[in-house]
Amino acid sequence: MFLKTITFAGAFALLGSTAIAGCGISSGNVSILSNDFPAIQAVTSAAATCAGDGVTVETNLTKDHKDIMVAALTANPAQYSSVIVSNSTLVTLMNDGLLRPLDEMVAKYGAALNKNQLITVNGKVMAVAFMANAQHLFSRVDVLKAAGVDSIPATYEEVLAAAEKIRAADLMEYPVALNTKAGWNLAEEFVNMYMGTGADFFKPGTAEVAINNKHGVATLEMLKSLVAYSNPDYLTYDSNATQAEWEAGNLALATMWGSRGSAVLDDEGSTAEVVAGTVLSAAPSWGNGPRPASTLWWDGIAISTNVSDEDAEATFAALMNGISPEVVKANNDAAVWLVEGYMPSPASVGVAGTASGGAAPYPMIPFMGALHGAIGAEISDFLQGSESAEQALIDVEAAYTAAAKEQGFLK
Amino acid sequence: MKNRTFFWFILPSLITMLLFIALPIVSVAVQSMHIEHEAVMVEVENCGPFGCKKELQIDVEETAKLKEERPLGQFNGIGTYTNRNHLAFIEIGLALQSSNGFLDFISKALNLPFYRALAFTLTYTFIVTPLVIFFGFIIALGVNTLPKRIKGPTIFISLLPMIVTPLIGSLILFWMIDANGILGSALQRIFDDPNLSLKASPALTWIMLMVYGVWHSAPFAFIVFYAGLQTVPGDTMEAAMIDGASRWERTRYVVLPHLMPLTVFILLIQLMDNFRVFEPIVSFSAQASATSLSWIIYNDLVGTESQFFGSAGATSVLTIIGVGILLIPVLIRTWRDFNQKVV
Repeated sequence: MFLKTITFAGAFALLGSTAIAGCGISSGNVSILSNDFPAIQAVTSAAATCAGDGVTVETNLTKDHKDIMVAALTANPAQYSSVIVSNSTLVTLMNDGLLRPLDEMVAKYGAALNKNQLITVNGKVMAVAFMANAQHLFSRVDVLKAAGVDSIPATYEEVLAAAEKIRAADLMEYPVALNTKAGWNLAEEFVNMYMGTGADFFKPGTAEVAINNKHGVATLEMLKSLVAYSNPDYLTYDSNATQAEWEAGNLALATMWGSRGSAVLDDEGSTAEVVAGTVLSAAPSWGNGPRPASTLWWDGIAISTNVSDEDAEATFAALMNGISPEVVKANNDAAVWLVEGYMPSPASVGVAGTASGGAAPYPMIPFMGALHGAIGAEISDFLQGSESAEQALIDVEAAYTAAAKEQGFLK
Repeated sequence: MKNRTFFWFILPSLITMLLFIALPIVSVAVQSMHIEHEAVMVEVENCGPFGCKKELQIDVEETAKLKEERPLGQFNGIGTYTNRNHLAFIEIGLALQSSNGFLDFISKALNLPFYRALAFTLTYTFIVTPLVIFFGFIIALGVNTLPKRIKGPTIFISLLPMIVTPLIGSLILFWMIDANGILGSALQRIFDDPNLSLKASPALTWIMLMVYGVWHSAPFAFIVFYAGLQTVPGDTMEAAMIDGASRWERTRYVVLPHLMPLTVFILLIQLMDNFRVFEPIVSFSAQASATSLSWIIYNDLVGTESQFFGSAGATSVLTIIGVGILLIPVLIRTWRDFNQKVV
């Protein structure tokens, strides 16, 4: 379904791609704040080519963008006219009313956009997505084969069985890795796994957390079974660490971000053997759950409220240039683009498969961030074996409730 | 100095201290007593690349009105201080009632984030501070006896751990103790245990952080003591030698008493610094096994997508109180010494 949308989009690309000649702006200040990875670098550097003749373009690409974005956009005039947002950061900025609706600008400059790129909240376009991301399975088929496993695992139960075979065959002591660094990363693994059960995080229509149930316990047990096959240092493993371990040939089964796919499959930083054996596939499901245990993420363009209309328009036009089909064509393998003209590649089958398998997007709920933080702080005790799953979930709920009260979501 | 002259002399620093120390602390304290406005929520339909879904969203206009009326948020008194993520009065009360035995109570208390952080912070402070003073003194004595020519380079090299930025220094150590790093693999060889990992067990993580703390701070104590050693009166030393005092006795009865005021100074600074232990926890990715009060503040402000200013403010005020309590004995002592001298 997802793949189809993308390829269909490609077929219709010609219809709209001529709408923007040059960048179509004559004046204005463009300043962009964003995360820092190859696909975004491509977008912002293409946007920067609009500079000149009364138009200035400045970019700040940093991993710490989410720490400064609220303060930077609260200022009036805002420090940045645009932030490249994702599911979770969009909500944070919208909570404070720092983003402006884009409907008019989409009508004026967005003829080349797909309908599914428009992120609408309550009927208003608040962001324009340009790429998709999700955590999914990376497998080393050569190692699996050597251990007598012929097919790529489709469920986490199969991942565990395969890991046991690899260990039993003395191929690797610690074949499995997830991004399990205590804090945000570990919480994301919990969220992914819990998503696979199909259960809700909150009581419907309220901010009351509801993860202390059999699904929550099963989720924790599954995570614990998986980290039993991970290097003992797993609580320090973030995306950079797992990618490095993978490229060093120390892993056979890992759940990593789709955006790492092209970096793993390129000919840098690893041996030909590892690259040739690496296959990306959809995130596994587990426990007869209804959908892959992963969350879908998008990255997209959002424009500040506190800038002049002129700057806002110039920014939008410049960024439309940044995500034009030409840019996507030149950087096809850098991401799973949602833009017309994108051709699926081996690096994108994991994300596409996860989406077509019916994985849910990361919840765009204002209090999800507080729960995410509570999970990250409280479940490592359980994984280290110093408390029960039930106690860990009670702790998460208590930590969340205190935090949500402080933010005014609960009384 | 006349009072009037003294006043004009001290005024500039008084103003800067007021502006940059006192006022921010007051603002933090005020903020810690407020929480955000009750969020006005509406259910809306959100659509994106992966379909549409009905979800709760903040009603920005209504919330903006509330914010306009009371920009600081809702007054919460000491509610944030006593909630579960800080002093946890209710949870501690329950633990007192329900626990069988002191150890059970301790383990229940250590399950709460604030007390877990406090436990590490205090252990770190009380182990690292004396060790820093001890090693600083030993190094200073050693360097002081070196021939002049190699003294300079030795001092420079001994100061390196302090010169390196804490975040960078601890990152370097973090990579060295990795199972693939030089220290980590050496330890695995020595103990003949291929699975030994300093990052995996809480106990080893604590030890590692404290070793780092001593490594980083000992040069500070060293350089202060070394400077002090240059002022040890030669006459007294000579007299002691003539009396037949051994090297140990000279150190114990002449050098040490002479350096006592410096020791108090280092003690003060180190108690404050170590109570605020922070960088190594971030660099060593140690938060699963060890957290500190400063780390909690950091995590409230940048660890999640939304910032918890009230919570961070409350922990900051508690940290200030903690530093105050730690320093009181030392300050009382200094005050007494000072008064005696005046008399």
